[in-house]
Amino acid sequence: MSIVVFVSNTKGKINKAGLEAICYAADVAKTSGDSVTAVTVGSLEGDGGAGVYGASKLITGVSVNHSDSNQVTNMVSAVILDECASMIVTSHDNDGKQVAPRLAARLNCGIVTGVTGLPDTSSGFTVKKNVFSGKAIAQVSITSDKKILALLPNSHGLHEHGGTAEVSEWSGAAGTASVTVKEVKVVESNVVPLPEAELVVSAGRGMKGPENWGMIEELATELGATTACSRPVSDIGWRPHHEHVGQTGVAIRPNLYIAIGISGAIQHLAGVNGSKKIVVVNTDSEAPFFKAADYGIVGDAFDVVPKLIAAAKAFNASN
Amino acid sequence: MNILVCISKSPDTTSKIAFTDGGTKFDENGVQFIVNPYDEWYALVKALELKEAIGGKVTVISVGDASNDPIIRKSLAVGADEAVRVDAADTDALFVAQQIANYAKEHDYNIILTGKETINYNGGQLGGMIAELVGLPYVAMATKLDLVGDLATIEREIQGGSEVLEINGGFVLSAAKGMAEQRIPNMRGIMAARSKPLNVIPPSGGESHTSVVNYELPPAKAQCKYIDAENAGELIALLHSEAKVI
Ligand SMILES: Cc1cc2nc3c(=O)[nH]c(=O)nc-3n(C[C@H](O)[C@H](O)[C@H](O)COP(=O)(O)OP(=O)(O)OC[C@H]3O[C@@H](n4cnc5c(N)ncnc54)[C@H](O)[C@@H]3O)c2cc1C
Repeated sequence: MSIVVFVSNTKGKINKAGLEAICYAADVAKTSGDSVTAVTVGSLEGDGGAGVYGASKLITGVSVNHSDSNQVTNMVSAVILDECASMIVTSHDNDGKQVAPRLAARLNCGIVTGVTGLPDTSSGFTVKKNVFSGKAIAQVSITSDKKILALLPNSHGLHEHGGTAEVSEWSGAAGTASVTVKEVKVVESNVVPLPEAELVVSAGRGMKGPENWGMIEELATELGATTACSRPVSDIGWRPHHEHVGQTGVAIRPNLYIAIGISGAIQHLAGVNGSKKIVVVNTDSEAPFFKAADYGIVGDAFDVVPKLIAAAKAFNASN
Repeated sequence: MNILVCISKSPDTTSKIAFTDGGTKFDENGVQFIVNPYDEWYALVKALELKEAIGGKVTVISVGDASNDPIIRKSLAVGADEAVRVDAADTDALFVAQQIANYAKEHDYNIILTGKETINYNGGQLGGMIAELVGLPYVAMATKLDLVGDLATIEREIQGGSEVLEINGGFVLSAAKGMAEQRIPNMRGIMAARSKPLNVIPPSGGESHTSVVNYELPPAKAQCKYIDAENAGELIALLHSEAKVI
């Protein structure tokens, strides 16, 4: 039997969250004795990295429209049948969110989204997921034979399993098209998208105005990080909406989250407290964010950030 | 154009998150409940904007017991025309989706809006499931919606950007930030909400395949290590040698 992993791709490469889902499935397969079959829409360069992270097969649906959840579901459910799969893994990214629930209703099976760990099969089948926007963790049991797990990006990590995947084209019929893609707008091509980013530099109202974001961007560039912001900052239009993190924005769990001039309101913390290390820079030593921080600098961003940029530059030069 | 908006009850964003009964139940003690913000701010307000532009009726639907009534009244106060409550425990998303899909089919709704996820379960599953059960296209994480006749133009977030889609006919979408702006109900809205219809109907079939076994709180953070602002640059070395994140 195999575990089927649905992954999305851009420009011929499987995105990082997708590779992580393959790696997760391969780790499950190691104990269950299954093999891993990845499915994607469109064609890839070679196996797109699927093999290295543990897939033995990669099936590409060239005739399928990636934005048409019905067509994608037709393909994925056909592959599940062919492969006699009972476990389906995907990333809880924007494409996974569009496909996985539809697939669960099609298969009439249990699904858990935002999964943060490997399944526990000691009694029944349970997995952990983030709930209350990161303020708690729930252990959820799935009782149906087929199971869908949508992995929260950056919660499993990537490690190589070695190998290449045998690539084949899906030969089934995608079904009638009901969605047409008119335009694709890519905001950042050379920066890792926020939900997948391992390093994040984020700033809040303490930055006083959009004209002061140059230093935030420069620090992010030096560290190879993605930029984020607090909600008021995106509400007033200082920064784009997609940078808004927190309970009502994007929930992230990078390895490093640097918060500059952000007070650390409960709704902000909810979306970022899964970060492995948190650095807080704030003039107010009483700012609530310090309670959630691993490293704190009490000081003025306009004075501290240039020092961090200089240190990052020196670090990059010597490494 | 009649639009169905799915609304769910969630604890206020400032609620203390705690559990009782050996970690198996959310502690509702002292918790204030609100309409799930994505459902209210984005899905419901967008439906109202469409109604104001092209006419029709906005119905809100919620699956739950009578404790959902205050948040349903709130949605009516914001401007929905009528409400339906399916009188059943919301055991899991598939069960809830089956209830809503059955109602939508019976009453011929073919535009159904949800929030992108609830802030308590963070599932993000309902819209996709309903779409499958009623046989409509589904767009997740939508940030814009325009309707001209039967043609819907929808923008959605994708990894690292957005895409613009067109759908001819009905659809289900999950709404994210950008779709609309929060509306605060006025006194008139609140008064009017009292007399708007809230129909309570029994559940119709449906099954659950998942359940929460228990909850836990994330492990507490170790002490924060302070670095003197004068020597802020030292942080970079610590991030490398001690935290090992760069
Ligand atoms: C229902 C609801 C949902 C919400 N969802 C979110 C969400 O998803 N994400 C989110 O972020 N917020 C959310 N909020 C808002 C949240 O409550 C806070 O208002 C918000 O996070 C505050 O943003 P901020 O920290 O940038 O601004 P402020 O709270 O104004 O904090 C600015 C901070 O900068 C510091 N500062 C000022 N000058 C400097 C300087 N020169 N150098 C260094 N530090 C300085 C100040 O000491 C202060 O701590 C939500 C609120 C509600 C009610």
